[in-house]
Amino acid sequence: MSKKVENVGCPYCGVCCDDLVVTVSDDGKKILEVENACAIGNQIFHHATGGERVRLPRLRQPDGTYKDISYDEAIDYAANVLYKAKKPLIYGFGSTNCEGMAAAAKVAEKAGAVLDNCASICHGSSFLAIFDNGYPSCTLGETKNRADVIVYWGANPAHAHPRHMSRYSIFPRGFFTGKGHKSRKIIVVDPRHTDTAQVADIYLQVQQGHDYELFDAFRAVVRGHEIPDVVAGIRREQIVEVADILKKARFGTIFYGMGLCHSDGRNHNVDIAISLTRDLNDFTKWTIMAMRGHYNITGPGAVWSWQYGYPYCLDLTKRDIAHMNPGETSSIDLAMRDEVDAFINIGTDAGAHFPIDAVKHLRKHPWITIDPNICMASEISDLHIPVGIVGVEVPGIVYRMDNVPIQYRKVIDPPEGVISDEEVFERIHKRLCELEAEEVAKEPVKAAPEGVRVGE
Amino acid sequence: MANRITLNMITQRSIEEGVAMEKGKTTPEYFEACSIIEMHDDDVRALGLVPNQLVRVTSECGSVVVKTVRGRQSLYPGLAFIPQGVWANQVVPPRTQATGEPQYSGFPVTVEPVNGERRKSALELVQGAVGMWRGDQ
Repeated sequence: MSKKVENVGCPYCGVCCDDLVVTVSDDGKKILEVENACAIGNQIFHHATGGERVRLPRLRQPDGTYKDISYDEAIDYAANVLYKAKKPLIYGFGSTNCEGMAAAAKVAEKAGAVLDNCASICHGSSFLAIFDNGYPSCTLGETKNRADVIVYWGANPAHAHPRHMSRYSIFPRGFFTGKGHKSRKIIVVDPRHTDTAQVADIYLQVQQGHDYELFDAFRAVVRGHEIPDVVAGIRREQIVEVADILKKARFGTIFYGMGLCHSDGRNHNVDIAISLTRDLNDFTKWTIMAMRGHYNITGPGAVWSWQYGYPYCLDLTKRDIAHMNPGETSSIDLAMRDEVDAFINIGTDAGAHFPIDAVKHLRKHPWITIDPNICMASEISDLHIPVGIVGVEVPGIVYRMDNVPIQYRKVIDPPEGVISDEEVFERIHKRLCELEAEEVAKEPVKAAPEGVRVGE
Repeated sequence: MANRITLNMITQRSIEEGVAMEKGKTTPEYFEACSIIEMHDDDVRALGLVPNQLVRVTSECGSVVVKTVRGRQSLYPGLAFIPQGVWANQVVPPRTQATGEPQYSGFPVTVEPVNGERRKSALELVQGAVGMWRGDQ
């Protein structure tokens, strides 16, 4: 008899849908059906048991092929790479749980590594802007229950966060928004007329890379100043019309995405978006939220900020004295300056998602991939360690895009013998401690200077 | 008709890329979802392209051959789009404006039709870039 597991969390995007219903075969080994998930989430669950999985770590051989090895051998190899490296980089973490992130931080501190997460190439700019300008945000539940004006700026949830609009922003009926989308105004700002723009009441086709000017124009109009006839490709009349809607909202939320963070200006685009939000709060209630990508990419920011005081780009080369300076300690910049001499790719695919020039630099040195699946990173690695899929085979804490922690559950067991990210890092940490102890034991006992007792 | 034109390139997620990525980056679905370029009709006409014709896209740091498709999400003239992924990242400049984030959107590329060339697979591009490609796999 098959079994239905309810209220399952989805390990895809930052919306962290937690209403999935997963039907599992009677032997508990196969996922038969997934209800409520989007097309991408659905694929993640079915892929877990639908295809071939790597069940043992694989070590690159001199002829370029992979050879299966045991987890003990893989842990020993990884620990030795980290131990010998002067400045290893441990990067990724978008697709793992907070327990794994905390364990990885122990390893990074012990190894004197740089610890970075996918925000480094995603919403890192948002962190910089938030440090400078604050974050007048809210939870997704507040948006659902209160917001009557929604702005998507440089974000395309129809593709990147497929259920965001139906669960939290445009369509749901909330406590004070009983009419659902009929009582909401939707404004989309994007250089492309995206599928998200299709459901907008007002669409502004901003010139690519000119978001800052348009934010500036909105701020000027909101404060009662004149603006030119056209700003960033948008006519003054339309800017004035939208500014009026923003000011008259009962509760509004600006959701922004990579259109701001990946374009010229980066953190400055986010900075002025926050400033506009702040200005609007002179008239009514406005909030702003980053459309975080992976289901737990908010997690490392929460976990490492608690552990070290910084959310990403953590330089732990001085062990417990953390240092963070994006541009200097960020993964892409470190790679391009050839400043790291070993790379661990965990819960992401730097092989596919880094600019190829950065991949070439990193691959000059040992490269280890910790990931459930075959991906571009695993196929150029020296060592690939397979792990269980968080949210499908491994439970754990994840942080939704609005910084709300959610306990994810597992619906099936991982393939026999396959362990979790957390266990991999805990075992690497243990092995690093052993290597350190072996090194200390090998060192000759220092002769005490005359007149000084040993131990002083 | 121009031999080549210069466009402003952006790369972002598409749902087709997302679904295919979770199925596997070595699958035909990922290949078809990501090894494409979308442009405005004016730019397509300027290059004299027919649907599905292959073009070479070249930036300050590399080039890649992709297929021209007419996307559902329209662009204005002068703007081009490749879904995020392996093909896009062959041309994405790694410069970060000291923030850590590469220039994934808003960088100049030239686009020109090609004959007698093919789109490379994801593995061929990535393994080839680091000297690990061993032929058809």
